[in-house]
Amino acid sequence: MEIYLDNAATTKVYDSVAKEVKEFFLVEYGNASSQHPIGINARNKLEEARKKIADYVGAEPSEIIFTSGGTESDNLALRGLAKANPEKKHIITSVIEHPAIIETCKDLEKQGYKVDYVNASKDGIVSVEDVINKTSEDTLVVSIMHVNNEIGTIQPIEEIAKSCKEKNIYFHTDAVQGFTKVDLDLTDVDLMSVSGHKVHAPKGIGFLYIKKGTKIAAIMTGGGQECNLRSGTENVPGIIGLAAALEEKENVEGIRESRDKIIVMLKEIPGTRFNGSLESRVYNNINVSFYGIEGESLMLMLNGEGIFVSTGSACASTKLSESHVLNALGIDVLYVHGSLRLTLGSDAIGNEDYIAQKIKKKVERLREISPFKLNLKEVKDE
Amino acid sequence: MGNIDYNETVLDHFSNPRNMGEMKDATVESIVGNPRCGDVMKIYLKIKDDIIEDIKFQTMGCAAAIATSSMATVLAKGKTVDEVRNLTNEDVAKALGELPPIKMHCSNLAADALKKAIKNWEKKN
Repeated sequence: MEIYLDNAATTKVYDSVAKEVKEFFLVEYGNASSQHPIGINARNKLEEARKKIADYVGAEPSEIIFTSGGTESDNLALRGLAKANPEKKHIITSVIEHPAIIETCKDLEKQGYKVDYVNASKDGIVSVEDVINKTSEDTLVVSIMHVNNEIGTIQPIEEIAKSCKEKNIYFHTDAVQGFTKVDLDLTDVDLMSVSGHKVHAPKGIGFLYIKKGTKIAAIMTGGGQECNLRSGTENVPGIIGLAAALEEKENVEGIRESRDKIIVMLKEIPGTRFNGSLESRVYNNINVSFYGIEGESLMLMLNGEGIFVSTGSACASTKLSESHVLNALGIDVLYVHGSLRLTLGSDAIGNEDYIAQKIKKKVERLREISPFKLNLKEVKDE
Repeated sequence: MGNIDYNETVLDHFSNPRNMGEMKDATVESIVGNPRCGDVMKIYLKIKDDIIEDIKFQTMGCAAAIATSSMATVLAKGKTVDEVRNLTNEDVAKALGELPPIKMHCSNLAADALKKAIKNWEKKN
């Protein structure tokens, strides 16, 4: 049995998407910039796909700039704004952002930018007030993610965007985890990063939504594709695949019910805490910590049962640093190391008992091995 | 970046740890590690006539930490105090075949725990 519960890492491409994409590898393989029928056909199909994607998000086709994915979109957003608006030198973001934002901000700090990293509440939500209190005349952009990739919390993007608009500050959101899952009104959002492989489209495709009138410059030079904002031959199969993925419907209610069933069963395990608000949360995310055990061990044991998840433990990270998000929430370190992230897809449906029982069994086993099991009675269940 | 890949011996000691558990009548025990780093090991020794007659451990940690704990107890059991004193983390890692380079530091835990327990024992005597 293989139960894939790591859909925040990546997703399986839909069959319909794979079929459509294959056509663009083997038959409609043209370069969208070529002036012969094969190229012209590729251009036409690409522009149709752009229109579909624009319609889906409620934008103009010219506001969709295709990139290689979330990281590139985040880089283009922040660095592109910085390049085009050099008079402003202040950026506001949050401590729970994806590394694509945090590392880009750190790099911009080296180039003389001042960056404020706003804290999140212990529930994993950034407050509108905290963000707005940091704004000044010098603020170039506020960048706050839509849905957190680790704990699944939904951020108050629309309110923050509205306040930024009133202050004439650009607002960017990394919507990689929220796209297709949580509705987002782009009225006051100036830029939005999206990645294909999180929504059952191929890897290596994504886009940056850039509202008309936004002053932004390219960060790569070349052939001037994508309105001169993203040079490089367009990834036509990827673009087609992304548009095709948006035509499929995920079983949202089924996954949500499955998620809630698993939460109820995991709650019965003593010394368990759920990380991030259970209310303001994307429908497929569970982030749970078990006191006194270590997440890599738990993940590895679950691998043996065909259950594939991820963990915020340092030991599972190739950089040996624990989750910056769980740390930012002020969670006891013995809980941070024992954290597990389950991001559900259709595999979970019908397998809730199996998943919860296996986790329970493995947690018990690791607590037998752990010296901390003795303290369990003293641990307050959260 | 990359995956953390364990060999079969490591996975075996992780899945079926030897000498795991508590010891009520230990001659001496020690605890090493740091919860902040995600690994803590407690070791119990029963020493008679300078020989490690019995040994038990409890570890909170990753697969490498649990496997090295298990292997260290296998290596130490039945040996003299002097032999165990000289046991290094490389000896433990070597006995496991190999550890992923990023996990080598985990092997310090078990060797340190043994050294500390023996020190505690010497203080008592």
